[in-house]
Amino acid sequence: MEVEAARLIGAGLAAIGAGAAAAGVGYIWGSFLQGALRNPEAADGEQARLYIGFAVTELLGLIAAVIGFILLFG
Amino acid sequence: MAEAEGGGIDPMSQFKIEPIAGTLEQGQIAFTNSSIWMLLTLALVWLFMIGGMKRELVPGRWQLAVESVTGFIDNMLTSNIGPAGKKYVPYIFTIFIFILFANLLGLLPIGFTGIHPFTVTSHILITGVMAVMSFSIVLAVGFWKHKLKFFTLFVPHGTPLPMVPLLFVIELVSFMVRPFSLALRLFIAMTAGHVLLKVFASFVISGINAGPEIGLLVAVPSFLLMLFVSALELLICAIQAYVFALLSALYINDAENLH
Repeated sequence: MEVEAARLIGAGLAAIGAGAAAAGVGYIWGSFLQGALRNPEAADGEQARLYIGFAVTELLGLIAAVIGFILLFG
Repeated sequence: MAEAEGGGIDPMSQFKIEPIAGTLEQGQIAFTNSSIWMLLTLALVWLFMIGGMKRELVPGRWQLAVESVTGFIDNMLTSNIGPAGKKYVPYIFTIFIFILFANLLGLLPIGFTGIHPFTVTSHILITGVMAVMSFSIVLAVGFWKHKLKFFTLFVPHGTPLPMVPLLFVIELVSFMVRPFSLALRLFIAMTAGHVLLKVFASFVISGINAGPEIGLLVAVPSFLLMLFVSALELLICAIQAYVFALLSALYINDAENLH
């Protein structure tokens, strides 16, 4: 039973990673909005870079989710 | 959704591959629910394209929709790769529209007994094959065009000599991880979103079963939250398709232009 409990605790701890990635993604979009409001004309040209940063950061949160899934269902 | 042993509802059973014809034994080829949804995706993409490829002088609404998607991909490749990007439009467009349609089809809120929408892209086998295709194009183009000079991709310009071995290893690892990250991102984004939706759905069902007070307290907020998460998932479907196409384009740009 202790192994089962440790599995569930581990899955819960993995969710911290998802939260941290959420902070990162929020920072990226927030910074983009800040820059875009200061110079709206340059905003459209940076959208590809915005999505690259978003994708790279989001991946870390998703990996944390994978670890949670593996612990829960694997 | 099937009932799990504990009496709860198992959110993972929606991803189960069920054979329709043939068996899932080793060495056998089976026609599964995944195949059905892939064929459905193909049929829908085909319908979408055939309706917009009449090449009328004054485009109608449908043709405009198709042209805006092709124009979008075309723009993305020209701005990221340059004039050499034109020849990759068919591949990137195929990847983009297949992922987009497969994602959206999997989100359909229909469910009959035994038949439910199956998200093709929620299996790493399928996203993995697509990622390996992108990666092979990068390798093939890079070695074809630059021969062994392709390895200079791993050493950025102006690196001090003592740092070269270390940077080479780091860049090599980050290069080799690309297909995995490409496949993993799409697969997990889809899986996580669908699990989330089904978990909320199970809250609604068990909330209603538990009686009116708990139903009002749990089921109604869960249902509202589900609505918003569904809208968010629609956005994620499009973003993930876009990100997959965009990253493939960037990786191809590395091979085409080095840096």
